[in-house]
Amino acid sequence: MASSLNPADHGWRKHLPVINAFVRYGLLILVGFLMIYPLLWMIGGAFKNNAEIFSSVGFIPKSPTTDGFINGWKTSTEYTFATYLLNTMKIVVPKVIVTVISSVIVAYGFARFAIPGRKWLFALLMATVLLPKSVLLIPQYLMFREFGWLDTYLPLYAPQAFATEGFFVFMIIQFMRSLPLDMEEAAVMDGCNSFQVLTLIVCPVILPAIISVALFQFMWSMNDFLQPLIYLSSVEKYPVALALKMSIDVTEATSWNEILAMSTIALAPSLILFFLAQKYFVEGVTSGAVKG
Amino acid sequence: MYSNKWIGSLYITPFVIGFLLFTAFPFIASFVLSLTDARLQDQLGAANFVGLSNYTEMAADSTFRQSLGVTFAYVFITVPLKLAFALFIAVVLNFKLKGIGLFRTAFYLPSILGGSVAIAVVWRFVFAGDGLLNQALAGIGIGGVNWLGEPTTAMFSIVLLRLWQFGSAMVVFLAGLKAIPEDLYEAADLDGASRLKQFFMITLPLLTPVLFFNFIMQIVQAFQEFNGPYIITAGGPLKSSYLLPLMIYEEAFKYFNLGYSSALSWVLFIIIAVFTAVAFWSQKHWVFYAQDRDDKGGH
Repeated sequence: MASSLNPADHGWRKHLPVINAFVRYGLLILVGFLMIYPLLWMIGGAFKNNAEIFSSVGFIPKSPTTDGFINGWKTSTEYTFATYLLNTMKIVVPKVIVTVISSVIVAYGFARFAIPGRKWLFALLMATVLLPKSVLLIPQYLMFREFGWLDTYLPLYAPQAFATEGFFVFMIIQFMRSLPLDMEEAAVMDGCNSFQVLTLIVCPVILPAIISVALFQFMWSMNDFLQPLIYLSSVEKYPVALALKMSIDVTEATSWNEILAMSTIALAPSLILFFLAQKYFVEGVTSGAVKG
Repeated sequence: MYSNKWIGSLYITPFVIGFLLFTAFPFIASFVLSLTDARLQDQLGAANFVGLSNYTEMAADSTFRQSLGVTFAYVFITVPLKLAFALFIAVVLNFKLKGIGLFRTAFYLPSILGGSVAIAVVWRFVFAGDGLLNQALAGIGIGGVNWLGEPTTAMFSIVLLRLWQFGSAMVVFLAGLKAIPEDLYEAADLDGASRLKQFFMITLPLLTPVLFFNFIMQIVQAFQEFNGPYIITAGGPLKSSYLLPLMIYEEAFKYFNLGYSSALSWVLFIIIAVFTAVAFWSQKHWVFYAQDRDDKGGH
């Protein structure tokens, strides 16, 4: 760009920055449109009648109706969609809480203490990130069956109480290591024990990392499908993910607007959180890759 | 910071217990199960030791060979395309222009939502016979394609779902691009190096650590794809999108063959392990670390 300021430049070259910006914007708008259109189409479709969904590619409904929401909310089961939303929260909220607490405690141990065999333990932690979950699926299922936990929510979040998601522990370790130690050392001088240092000094400072972990775990747990599919058998305990899958099996041929309406509701919490807290997602996803 | 090892060990005790109970034990147990004929509905005591026969059975199992083939096809198509596209868009975005933040949001959003059942359901509707895509094609005079009914196009639909989620890889690339010092480009400008040359001589080498990270994460995730094939195509038609994780699930929870399913999951594990091991081993030949920061060693 600096070269374009050169007065010796002439002809089309002096327009290069403008052309450059034009091409970039054009490309970004085109790609952005293709990226977002399926979502717009989903939201628009939720407010259309079924005939219109099948007859127009535009996303703005010509005669908006809330039939999709009203009928979709009733679902084809004896429960309303509220039950499934509530069930989802009964899984997601405890899962986020235990993930955050256990990950912070374990990360603190790794980041601040000389633990015997730390290098090996850290390698194991990282290995759990790369280990395919399907290799653990069947033995975990049998184990939880022995515990009598089938058709309960416990298998869905009890393991997370033991810092089993290495990615989150790693994120917090990275964040803790980037902090200066003087505050913590001063607190130790003043007579705080290490747990007090963690709760009073470290936790407030690592709040951005804690928020990132909580948000990612929230999103991933909202999306989780395979685990509930395996462990939950009674419909009254289904989370939204299973209820949606069930609804396409039952009513797909006829009532697309109901399904699109419930999909929109299912995505709404994640969409709202994403727009409110985008910064934390960006920081979270890049912390492991770039700082490390 | 602290030297008392016992207190430190106390803090990581949850991880050690969780690792042993929920990772190490199931990991070994699944290998042991893969050597038996355990059935889901029976007590484990009823299972017999069958040696490696589950593994030898795979060689003759045409469903397994089909599944393995489409899994490799899926991974080899999606991972390079997704990385290339994410890098390309990141380079286009890495430019001081108004509204760039808006585009970043738009591109990142699908990878946050993309794993959900709701999106898979929408995808199924987009590719359905009377769905969005066929309506759009009809608008420009192209006849309906039976997207989910033909082997190639069914695979295409689940590949596209993953490509649509290129955003998180892009965000990582973007952070890597921002970390490249601008004076390198200024110096190259003075030397008269073209933009293309600058990309290959400066940008790409300095991005290799980030590329390495993205490559590993994408490979590991792509080999574990489940929701797309399960919800959108049900593995079909003719098992053309019957990815290995779906086969593992069905063998265990639909056909109740825990032994065979465990053996399949070990094959998947070994495949992923080989890919990551080769990547880690090869990184000294192609990953360029500008400065060796020693902040990994602890205090």
